[in-house]
Amino acid sequence: MARPKATGAAGMTRRERYDAEQRRRSLIVAATSTVIVLAAIILLVPLAPGWEKVQKSFFNGAVLAKSFPKLLDAFLVNVMIFAWSAPAIAVLGLLIALARDAKSPALFPLRIFGAAFTDIFRGVPVILTVYLIGFGIPGLGLPRPWNSPYIWGSLALILTYSAYVAEIFRSGIDSVHHSQRSAALSLGLSERQVMRDVVLPQAVRNVVPSQMNMLIALQKDVSLLSFIGPVEIFRQAGVFKSLLANFTPYVGAAIIFLAVTIPATRYADYLMARQQKERR
Amino acid sequence: MAKLELRGVVKRFGDVTVCDGIDLDIEAGQMVCLIGASGGGKSTLLRCINLLEPIEDGEIRLDGEDISIPGLDPQGVRARIGMVFQSYNLFPHMTALENAMLAPRRVHGKTRDQVRPEVEALFQRFGLADRMQNYPDQLSGGQQQRVAIVRALAMRPEVMLFDEITSALDPQLVGEVLDVLLQLKDEGMTMVLATHEMGFARQAADKVCFLKAGKIVEEGPPADLFGAPQHPETQAFLARALK
Repeated sequence: MARPKATGAAGMTRRERYDAEQRRRSLIVAATSTVIVLAAIILLVPLAPGWEKVQKSFFNGAVLAKSFPKLLDAFLVNVMIFAWSAPAIAVLGLLIALARDAKSPALFPLRIFGAAFTDIFRGVPVILTVYLIGFGIPGLGLPRPWNSPYIWGSLALILTYSAYVAEIFRSGIDSVHHSQRSAALSLGLSERQVMRDVVLPQAVRNVVPSQMNMLIALQKDVSLLSFIGPVEIFRQAGVFKSLLANFTPYVGAAIIFLAVTIPATRYADYLMARQQKERR
Repeated sequence: MAKLELRGVVKRFGDVTVCDGIDLDIEAGQMVCLIGASGGGKSTLLRCINLLEPIEDGEIRLDGEDISIPGLDPQGVRARIGMVFQSYNLFPHMTALENAMLAPRRVHGKTRDQVRPEVEALFQRFGLADRMQNYPDQLSGGQQQRVAIVRALAMRPEVMLFDEITSALDPQLVGEVLDVLLQLKDEGMTMVLATHEMGFARQAADKVCFLKAGKIVEEGPPADLFGAPQHPETQAFLARALK
């Protein structure tokens, strides 16, 4: 006897009907709760006694319009510092990771150096490293242009971030299954060839999403260099704040940062999700 | 003089003795099958022969030459002895062709163009010509394992070691891989297999060794070992394995 198919009027199976109903319900609940929360913010925040003052000094349209173009210009300085620091960090981080994994006894000093490097630069707050290197080294009385805070500030960022990036690379190297090493060795490849041709390409691919997160963090930390001189966006916003006696330029700076970091974060999430899928 | 001679090979991992004084001769062109329950030392013995594991005592000789001298550079030996693993271990970031060309390029310092004709011929010979440009994850288990065999053969090894190479395969894919082994046997390759495929060992091997607790309990031609096992341990194992 033929069994009646469980399809309804719309040609959907009962599972599809159930899922559609569930989707519709969660959509309604999500929309309602969002509207309630937004309404509460819009209605309640202006009731706060200091709201008018805050609005004037943080969300001032005129000030924003006036400062925004200059802020964008200053942001180019951030982009510049980022652009030359990031490749240097990638290279140095990889070298430190390899140094820490060096097996030959002749390279023992390199291993110690690698370990000390990561311990020190991960252990000290970035701002402290920026101060110590950014003020300390030009203090040696170097001639122009070697006393530029751009150089030594960038170096401080490079050293700190390399330490983190190296650790991520190491975890990537560890994540490559040892059977890959066995297979490569059994073919007669040397340890060095195994690392270069088999382990590293896989390791680097495995850590791309994590390294993306480091790039996003670096983009923000470039602002720390403002403390030793370079007029980048945070510093520029500070100049406007003093000039106009208004905090809105800081909000403008935050908007510019978000315009860069939010897409970058979403992209990192996308990479991470894609990798999760591949592993399954 | 046998192609490969093992004399009193001992391998320990900490307090555990995995190979406990193994003596074995493998003649040129022979197929020798190592059988026995998991943990008996079959895989470890193969890894020792390929110098992936240093041995604690004993000697391994290839063409009469001791290859187990502590401190000896293992690269030259490994280039002469191919090995295939249970889990294929193809390099996932390379195509099948690149997998097979890597070692000849790096170890012999040749260019892609120099090694390609010979490697492509191998793919052709084992019915993988249309799979050369595929990445490992685009291949079935049987195809991956055959590519792994081609990759090892690309180094023109004198001896091939096979470590339970069909154990991870779906039953219907086992045959295509075992066929490759028969093809190699016909071509006169010297082979050592660790295997659970009793039927295959019985049909194709020149010699079968039953290992238990790191020792060769019994060895002989398959007809004798499967037909009339002498040792009670062998009898017990075969009774279970052939059930």
